[in-house]
Amino acid sequence: MRGSWSRILAILLKELIQMRRDRLTFAMMLGIPVMQLILFGYAINTDPKHLPTALHIEEQSPVVRRFTEALEQSGYFAFVRRTVDPREGKALLESGAVSFVIHVPAGFARELVRGERPAILIEADASDPLAAGNALAQAPAILDRALRDTLTGPLAHLAPRPPAVNLIVHRRYNPEGVTQYNIVPGLLGVILTMTMVMITSIAMTREVERGTMENLLAMPTRPVEVMLGKIAPYILVGMIQTAIIIAAAQGLFHVPFMGHRWVLATGVATFIIANLSLGFLFSTLARTQMQAMQMTFFFFLPSILLSGFMFPFRGMPQWAQALGEILPLTHFLRIIRGVMLKGTDFLPLWIEFGAIGIFILLVGTLAMLRYRTTLD
Amino acid sequence: MSELAIDVRHLSKAFGNKLAVDDVNIAMPRGQVWGFLGPNGSGKTTTIRMICGLLRPTAGEGICLGYDIARESDRIKRRTGYMTQRFSFWNDLTIRENLEFVARLYELPSRTAVVDETIEKLGLTHRQHQLAGTLSGGWKQRLALAAVTMHQPDLLLLDEPTAGVDPQARRDFWDEIHALSNQGMTVLVSTHYMDEAERCDHIVYLAHGKLLVEGQVREIVASTGLVTFRAQGAGVRVLAPKLKTLPGVQHVAFFGAALHVSGTDRRALEQALAQFADDVQWEEVETSLEDAFIALMERAGPDARLSA
Ligand SMILES: Nc1ncnc2c1ncn2[C@@H]1O[C@H](COP(=O)(O)OP(=O)(O)O)[C@@H](O)[C@H]1O
Ligand SMILES: [Mg+2]
Repeated sequence: MRGSWSRILAILLKELIQMRRDRLTFAMMLGIPVMQLILFGYAINTDPKHLPTALHIEEQSPVVRRFTEALEQSGYFAFVRRTVDPREGKALLESGAVSFVIHVPAGFARELVRGERPAILIEADASDPLAAGNALAQAPAILDRALRDTLTGPLAHLAPRPPAVNLIVHRRYNPEGVTQYNIVPGLLGVILTMTMVMITSIAMTREVERGTMENLLAMPTRPVEVMLGKIAPYILVGMIQTAIIIAAAQGLFHVPFMGHRWVLATGVATFIIANLSLGFLFSTLARTQMQAMQMTFFFFLPSILLSGFMFPFRGMPQWAQALGEILPLTHFLRIIRGVMLKGTDFLPLWIEFGAIGIFILLVGTLAMLRYRTTLD
Repeated sequence: MSELAIDVRHLSKAFGNKLAVDDVNIAMPRGQVWGFLGPNGSGKTTTIRMICGLLRPTAGEGICLGYDIARESDRIKRRTGYMTQRFSFWNDLTIRENLEFVARLYELPSRTAVVDETIEKLGLTHRQHQLAGTLSGGWKQRLALAAVTMHQPDLLLLDEPTAGVDPQARRDFWDEIHALSNQGMTVLVSTHYMDEAERCDHIVYLAHGKLLVEGQVREIVASTGLVTFRAQGAGVRVLAPKLKTLPGVQHVAFFGAALHVSGTDRRALEQALAQFADDVQWEEVETSLEDAFIALMERAGPDARLSA
């Protein structure tokens, strides 16, 4: 047993020295998180505002003016064009120059006063449902308010009545719906998945490619010693990446931190180990660094798309959710979003920890079985 | 303890449907220096790898240092030093870091002292913090030899350790091998150089994966039954192609500027050479190991390992 530790330490030290000498990889390990955080943290917005809109208005009346003003004030619509030609409106939508065309027909006010329920048409480019969704959801309420503001005095009977029930909605944990509160903690998971899996899978295949694997195998090392020695230094790297991202989350994006640090620390640690084990497994399957890289990306894409990082997890069909449950990132996202935004404690998260634990056990065992102590 | 350091029987190794090693038997006593010869691709590296447990034999069995090569490779690895054909230490570690890494893996007691001493003996004390990748070929080989012998193994497997090394360094390297042998290590070394082969106690010659011949240098040469004549001078170069086709001439080979002509039938050979007695002076010489191998290779025929 003592010998085992000595050999693990030997491999660990060797790995640390090589990591320090490999400037490019080292820079990437610390540079990638910062770059991705700033890029995606500022770039991704699931609640897009100021969408370009064309107005096709055939009549200027106070109620129409009030309505368009209110649309602009909501922040979702930016009027970039006025047109009098329906064909131009269609062309603008098609080319993507505008996201919406709002058409108010002539005689609108007259029909309104007569109680004939005139129509307003909003044509939306709904090819990306996410982009148009929130803006369109606001439109009815904006129209209601505009009508109530203008239809006063003798016209008051035409104004929309408030509904019979007062529906109260509390948007908990992120009342303003700030995208970053959701994205930035998720980015930590995404960045760790990417770098941890890639680094370990490459670290092993590099030995094969450079021919040093033969030497390593000719010396008395057991698979588990090599695996632990290879993985340990990168746990440290993952921890540093985590510190950078958490600091940035609070400093740059003001993401709240409601829960306990140690719950998050435990979550990060298990998550890092899960990814490192997977990287090690990949390295036992890949013959070249290139193949290791490809496997990493093959795993990385579903991690981003099916984990609930990009798209709502509950919005996926059952089979996709089942697939998503396999991915460590899915569970890590629940842990980190829970801890940071909701202040969730350890107990309610035990299923997530358990799921990552099982993943480690399975993948780790598989890696040990796959690891060859011969060159065959 | 078995008297044999290596005792493998009917060892074969196939890669896909290609037989790299075919039914090789080696019984090597402890304490000797054996040479492992054969052209490129004849299966030397593959055999060595099977002996130290780096490749699983497709067929056959064997004992190395008293341990089963299929099941006890862990034990074998602890008592063996294996120097790979290609330099396989870490180019991005310094000389010292490489040695310390090895010392840790073998759990050597008083590690620092052992590493210090090894570096000192290598004469690299002032360069110990230099990256191994920046060393010249000869120095890399010396470093590798020092690294694989640091744990005082019983068996040393050296795979073409002097390939691409200059003549003086080769000689120094062989002095070191004999010094290690005198300390009691058993050494199996593969090589392409005949002068190195002649420094071995015993030779094993592989061709196309098969063990073609083995024994002491003298025995191998004698077993071929060759008679060899040698000619020197300006005329020999044009002579060579004409000689090849004559009856009694088995092979014709240049050794430096001299031409060697060998055959098993002395009478026929002398008759053939007599035709050119006016042009050059023939003198009978001892058949060299290389002559013997050339003849053996010709008798072995073409590579027939690609089983369809
Ligand atoms: N890992 C391998 N996979 C496939 N073929 C191999 C492998 N290693 C060696 N060979 C083949 O086996 C034969 C013997 O190779 P090797 O043992 O390296 O010969 P030597 O060391 O005598 O030059 C060669 O034809 C080589 O191409
Ligand atoms: Mg070889």
